[in-house]
Amino acid sequence: MERLALVILGCAVVTFLPRFLPLYILTRLKIPKIAVAWLSYVPVAVMAALVIPGITAPGHKINLTLTNAYFIAGFAAFFIAWRTKNMLLTVVSGMAVVFLLQYL
Amino acid sequence: MTSLQDFLAGSKKAIPIVLGYLPLGFAYGALASIAGISLPYILIMSILVFAGSGQFIAVSMLAAGAGALSIIMTVFLVNLRHLLMSASLSTYLQKFPRKVLPLIAFWLTDESFALASGELQEGEKNQFFLLGLFGTAYLGWVIGGGLGGIFGSLFNSERAAFTMEYALYAMFIFLLVIQLKQKKFIFAAVCAGSLSLLFYLIIPGNWYIIMATVATATIGVIIEKWKGLL
Repeated sequence: MERLALVILGCAVVTFLPRFLPLYILTRLKIPKIAVAWLSYVPVAVMAALVIPGITAPGHKINLTLTNAYFIAGFAAFFIAWRTKNMLLTVVSGMAVVFLLQYL
Repeated sequence: MTSLQDFLAGSKKAIPIVLGYLPLGFAYGALASIAGISLPYILIMSILVFAGSGQFIAVSMLAAGAGALSIIMTVFLVNLRHLLMSASLSTYLQKFPRKVLPLIAFWLTDESFALASGELQEGEKNQFFLLGLFGTAYLGWVIGGGLGGIFGSLFNSERAAFTMEYALYAMFIFLLVIQLKQKKFIFAAVCAGSLSLLFYLIIPGNWYIIMATVATATIGVIIEKWKGLL
């Protein structure tokens, strides 16, 4: 439980700081242009870095067939997100695809 | 309008976010309870961290037995995207009393940022409106997580857990897709996705997300510099 408490506190701090610091100090401090450019890649990069291994290689094995529900549902989620720009619809329909594929 | 009316007007605007947060929060709470985390800790994490993707990744890494430092570092990188949202929001909040800024910052999420930016662009809003909007979304997230923590054990089947874990990927895919508006970001997504897969397959441990993100941002900046854009 000690590890869990440490993880929660650590996560709380590292989540709060990026939300708070720019809002609070930006009016006083100018961020260097190169740092802004570097940071601009982070949101897209971290999302892709999280998603791709998780949906293409569950359990450290690349699987791009119908037996990999996450991979198939990933396509569905990508298409629905792109067409509707609706998070709830993307999440719910992606989950529905995963659920149904398990009965194939 | 009184401050209470402003607060309630903001609160009403949060309804679509709450509708999204309840099922996502539920999935988080259910997965955490399946991973063996007790209800108080499930709630404390939602109350103190308040980050959907961060909490999902923390729970899945905890369940996988990852070390505290690698979990905290990964959550940090996952939530680093809020830096840019926070910076963007600061331009609208110049007139706000400074003492409300920590709370508004704490409640900043992808969804509340997207909604608030739209509202703020339409016309000036005060702190009560924004606190109502953000606070209501927060409440939805905490309640969803609590319900998941309480009733999650009912969904303790392999199929249900497998389906709920997918909620995280669907959410990330959504957040990724809505950001693919420029060529350089499509490049970054392809680069980070490929590197992450490669690192995941060849390097033991849970550092592959961090390594791929840092490498991609650095490559991106080097290319911009080389092209004379910086």
